[in-house]
Amino acid sequence: MGTSERYVYLDHSATTPVDPRVVEAMAPYWSEIFGNSESSHAFGQAAMSGLEQARETVADVLGCRPAEIAFTGSGTEADNLALRGVAWAARESGRGNHIVTTPIEHHAVGRTVDQLHDLFGFEVTRVPVDQYGRVDPDDLAAAIRSDTILVSVMMANNEVGTVQPMVRIGRVCRERDVVFHTDAVQAAGRLPLELDDINVDLLALSAHKFYGPKGVGLLYVRRDTSLIPAITGGAHERGRRPGTVNVAGAVGLAAALRLVEEERVAETARLRRLRDRLIEGVLACIPDSRLTGHPTHRLPHHASFAFRGVEGESLVLGLDLEGIAASSGAACAEGEPEPSFVLTAMGLFPDWSIGSLRLTLGHANDEPDVARVLEVLPGIVERLRASG
Amino acid sequence: MKPLQRQDPCGLGAAADRSAEFTAKPSPEFPSRVLVALSGGVDSAVAAALLVERGYGVFGAMLRLWTERGPDDAHANRCCTPEAVDRARRVADRLGIPFHLVNAEAAFKDQVVDYFIAEYSAGRTPSPCIPCNRTVRFGLLLNRALALGARFMATGHYARVRHAQGRYQLLRGRDSHKDQSYFLHALSQEQLAHVLFPLGGLAKGEVRVIARQRGLPVAEQPESQDVCFLADGDYRRFLARQAPHLFRPGPIRDTSGRVLGQHRGLPAYTIGQRKGLGVAAPEPLYVLAIDIAENTLIVGTAKELGQDECWVEGMHYISGETPAAAFRATAQIRYRARAATVTVTPLPHNGARIHFDSLQQGITPGQFVVLYEGEIVLGGGVICKAPKSML
Repeated sequence: MGTSERYVYLDHSATTPVDPRVVEAMAPYWSEIFGNSESSHAFGQAAMSGLEQARETVADVLGCRPAEIAFTGSGTEADNLALRGVAWAARESGRGNHIVTTPIEHHAVGRTVDQLHDLFGFEVTRVPVDQYGRVDPDDLAAAIRSDTILVSVMMANNEVGTVQPMVRIGRVCRERDVVFHTDAVQAAGRLPLELDDINVDLLALSAHKFYGPKGVGLLYVRRDTSLIPAITGGAHERGRRPGTVNVAGAVGLAAALRLVEEERVAETARLRRLRDRLIEGVLACIPDSRLTGHPTHRLPHHASFAFRGVEGESLVLGLDLEGIAASSGAACAEGEPEPSFVLTAMGLFPDWSIGSLRLTLGHANDEPDVARVLEVLPGIVERLRASG
Repeated sequence: MKPLQRQDPCGLGAAADRSAEFTAKPSPEFPSRVLVALSGGVDSAVAAALLVERGYGVFGAMLRLWTERGPDDAHANRCCTPEAVDRARRVADRLGIPFHLVNAEAAFKDQVVDYFIAEYSAGRTPSPCIPCNRTVRFGLLLNRALALGARFMATGHYARVRHAQGRYQLLRGRDSHKDQSYFLHALSQEQLAHVLFPLGGLAKGEVRVIARQRGLPVAEQPESQDVCFLADGDYRRFLARQAPHLFRPGPIRDTSGRVLGQHRGLPAYTIGQRKGLGVAAPEPLYVLAIDIAENTLIVGTAKELGQDECWVEGMHYISGETPAAAFRATAQIRYRARAATVTVTPLPHNGARIHFDSLQQGITPGQFVVLYEGEIVLGGGVICKAPKSML
């Protein structure tokens, strides 16, 4: 389609290509080292060895103990295991019944919390966010009650890229002795992940967001955090995530995490420059456009915009026809055409919040990609506006 | 919408029947970009396949329409259920073309669903596909297509467009059983300038054969016919949910004013309806009229149902020009009606009076009467009760 010779991929917050070095690291674990890591024979031991090396690599990068890492099937699964696990454990021990979170969480958290409320009777407080999508730690502290058992705040928002004041939120939770969970799926490779600095108790990651394979995530569980397993079965992952372990996936996740962390400082500096050029260019070229999310406290690869009176999905369509892959922040799963709940929570009016566009950069992007967007996007917005 | 000077991409000359375009290829240097409105059904899939094979730069789009909010699938809009979206997506994938959803929920609610409810509130029987085609499918979506750089929008309708004497003509589809020109009669010259109907010259059977030959994953998809937003197919239950205030019981009278019984609320009845009146009479009785002002249903015999005249408002002529004098034509008073010979007298304010050569049963206010001259659609309008301004 179109006249472009090259397709520009600008949707790295949706997923990333697997780094060839990661593919290489995973290669032996399909047909050679194929054993079940729980088997006691040589095949099992070889798989277990790869799995535990992966766990050590992850622990080394995150600055935690290997025993605190559980591999999961996805970031969503990690969030589910964390939230349900903490809530059920608190219910069992009678410690309390109240959860504090935000209105801008990914559905992996938001809908799990809704279910804990609807089916299990937990009380939920959603601390509001400001116009940039940031939580005020003082508001959060005020929302914590004596029966609060869990605080869940995402490290960085997928839709608008806003990064939360994690250190201060972590300090509040520590002072009030409340378990702190964060969905850090957007953060790996893009933000520092030193766990002790942010006092987090539970943290979820997903490999495919940082050049690793799909179908594998992890949950960090600080020692002494009590969880009831939301999936029951065998003793894999210390009973936290039963089911035969995806050893190749875990190896891939670990290799990918090490690589993005090693390259993080240089790569994020490069992406930040591209991002800022993109943001400045779009805001300068397109009338009635604005940046969504925080101008500085934002993911280095993430540019998100609202255009008054234009539908985000039409922008995505128009860009796709011009050979540019983008996404609309307005969670446009089928049957969900409402204005973005994230932008609504940030106080944007509907005629703005239907027009959201997310462009997220990655390894393969460079200056010409940004130039290409700036070449075609203004015309698309103008034509769509003119068409009513 | 900008009226574009339509270039002839095939070099067939101004008077070419456009269905002939599909035997020629556009220039390879400048493949025409075409949006195909996919529905998840076989017709739109074959339309897309034919255009791809002719070398058009095709992209697929599907409208996301308004759906009644409800607890289960019974409230879904059948035009855009997740299953239909999946089928359309598989068709696009099979053809190697992009596929996107276009949200038309608000426009569809305003222009189609609210119209539907308002017409029943006014004691008329609406025909929602016609405003949907005019304002949503060939309005919002066509505008979107042109804004995205498309030269044309194509659909799987069985109808033809022809350019002759400097104007676009709309013609019946070649397959008389499938002809859908009735639903397209409200399109304007500007809209017709930008639409392609690749199936206009084909029969339904041929379309299914093409779908099977191409391995399209919708070849055996059954026909969809009912109003798409009536998820359970029952417009009375829909109205009872959406506009319960419309259902006020009232008297059933005959033409002499005698009360014969009680009705359940006027939206439950249509002109010509015989069953479900709950009135015992020596002769079968039919609904003759719906009197909203008096909340009264008027019934009578089959003989009383026949009429040889009706009034029409909102007349639209495809040529863009209202004829100066009365003219002869054929007319359909509903989609499946047999075309009847008529004399049409244009009236001021886009009105018309239509005299039928023979009696017609069940002329229904709210339904569209569509006028033809042979295969050519002349236009149409809404049947109304004789308004004073027209007499």
